[in-house]
Amino acid sequence: MNIPNPAALAIHGVRKSYGEMQALSGVSFEIKPGEFFGLLGPNGAGKSTLISIIAGLIRADQGSISVLGHDTVRDWRAARRALGVVPQELVFDPFFNVVDMLRIQAGFYGCGKEVWPWIDEMLIRLDLNHKRNASMRALSGGMKRRVLIAQALVHKPPVVILDEPTAGVDVELRRTLWTFMRDLHAKGTTVVLTTHYLEEAQEMCERIAILDKGNVRVIETTEQLLNRHPFRFLRLKLANGGQLPASLRPFVTSERNGSIELRLEREQQPIASVFTALRVAGVDIEDVQTREPDLEDIFVELTGNGISAQPNAMGAMK
Amino acid sequence: MNRDRRGFVTLLTKEVRRFWAVLGQTVMAPVITALLYLLVFAQAMDGRAPVYPGVSYTQFLLPGLIMMTVIQNAFANSSSSLAQSKIMGNLVFLMMAPLGPWDFYAAYIVAGLIRAALVMTAMLLVAIPFVHLPIQQPLALIAMFLLAGGGLSVLGIIAGIVSSKFDHLAAFSNFIITPLSFLSGVFYSVHALPPLWFAASHLNPFFYMIDGFRYGFFGHSDVPIWQSLLWASGFFATVSAVCLWMLFTGYKLRR
Ligand SMILES: Nc1ncnc2c1ncn2[C@@H]1O[C@H](COP(=O)(O)OP(=O)(O)OP(=O)(O)O)[C@@H](O)[C@H]1O
Ligand SMILES: [Mg+2]
Repeated sequence: MNIPNPAALAIHGVRKSYGEMQALSGVSFEIKPGEFFGLLGPNGAGKSTLISIIAGLIRADQGSISVLGHDTVRDWRAARRALGVVPQELVFDPFFNVVDMLRIQAGFYGCGKEVWPWIDEMLIRLDLNHKRNASMRALSGGMKRRVLIAQALVHKPPVVILDEPTAGVDVELRRTLWTFMRDLHAKGTTVVLTTHYLEEAQEMCERIAILDKGNVRVIETTEQLLNRHPFRFLRLKLANGGQLPASLRPFVTSERNGSIELRLEREQQPIASVFTALRVAGVDIEDVQTREPDLEDIFVELTGNGISAQPNAMGAMK
Repeated sequence: MNRDRRGFVTLLTKEVRRFWAVLGQTVMAPVITALLYLLVFAQAMDGRAPVYPGVSYTQFLLPGLIMMTVIQNAFANSSSSLAQSKIMGNLVFLMMAPLGPWDFYAAYIVAGLIRAALVMTAMLLVAIPFVHLPIQQPLALIAMFLLAGGGLSVLGIIAGIVSSKFDHLAAFSNFIITPLSFLSGVFYSVHALPPLWFAASHLNPFFYMIDGFRYGFFGHSDVPIWQSLLWASGFFATVSAVCLWMLFTGYKLRR
């Protein structure tokens, strides 16, 4: 089955239930070859379930998926060859050392010595070379995560799916991984990234799907998504314990340590009007900041769900 | 080498490396256990009447012990490897790879047979200087080895797939494999048994594997060789059917 220019991933009406629980209730979308795609959603949205179905680890109750035109059920061999998946769980084979594990994994895909230089390159790029002969057991969590990433890429798959590759990874390593993923993408690989760090998604992904309770809430380019809501944020600190006039109260989104954040409609409420209202009320301003809405604001709007997963890590990234 | 072939060979190599790295546990230990049985029973039963004409008790015992060890180790090899990968979660690496049901089936059988052959060879090498063993029917001997070792490797795959805890695997081994292998006429000729046990033994596939294997050495056995071959083949075919059904449908492997 070779349609000219098939989608990197074509997902059609995929449903999956666990008993009563609908993990995926009819998910359909396509990812174009060469895209850097973000698959976002709160905990339990069904992201990993969808990825497992794409990888052939789980069977869908309904629907079909193809990878570069290869159906994952009928044409499973070709579909799996075209795909590299980094699982969310930190799984490893305690039996082998790092480089052997990677060579064995390459062998499963029919690749031999010709990919050994590529394996060595990945070990260097992922800063694992000093651990190449270490047993998998003896690696830290972050190192295991990187081996998982290398393992998914040993056969140089044209489509790569990373399920939270940067979860529990320190700031420096996260940057290493970003550079690594960007280079991969620059070489023409289709990259699908799942993450709870919305800034990461905003920074890296060209297009984003937000999954919630087994449904695709929205699928748009990152830019469209960010322009979706015509508002901006204004953060004020009022001088001498001044009080916000009642007319501005309805726009408050947060208030902390005397710093008040207002959400303003871009068109209807120019920032100047806030200043006017304050001047009329006789309140002095100590400090002022504006902020454009980021992915997190939009995410909260769409899913009614804060990113509670790793709030501290989010802060650390800013 | 073509890509699909290389996938299979890699899986096979990985399975062999798994037990090869701990030969002390996977080959030496079972050989020593079996030889201890040989030593103790040969001493205790020394001087009893020959079981078959011209076959002493010690001679009679050795092939049975070898086959029992083959049975237990072929089973242990595939079952522990699969169960461990499943429980550790690293089975996903195999399940995501372009490896098919036949690759799994064949790789685990061949790996199990290689371990079983090592165990068998080691036992023969150690015992031969002390116990004279003729080889009257080499073809029967090889056939019984392949059917039993292969069949138990396949049963090991099934046990690995079904077990979601190490307890399950231990239960499989303790309540099925060990009792059946001990109650299979390793230590005695079933003709020496009371009628009920005699009849029960004839429902135990391991009995036929051991009896047929012994035939390969002495050209004598409790039941005709064709009957043992039939039972061993039937066992192999049955477990293979179940195992391949599991692998093709993804039973307990792909939810
Ligand atoms: N094996 C399973 N058995 C029963 N329910 C499951 C199973 N796997 C997942 N689920 C349920 O399916 C839903 C979706 O889970 P999934 O792991 O796909 O979420 P996710 O979007 O990846 O979440 P997270 O961001 O936490 O990784 C959850 O409600 C989960 O409890
Ligand atoms: Mg997940």
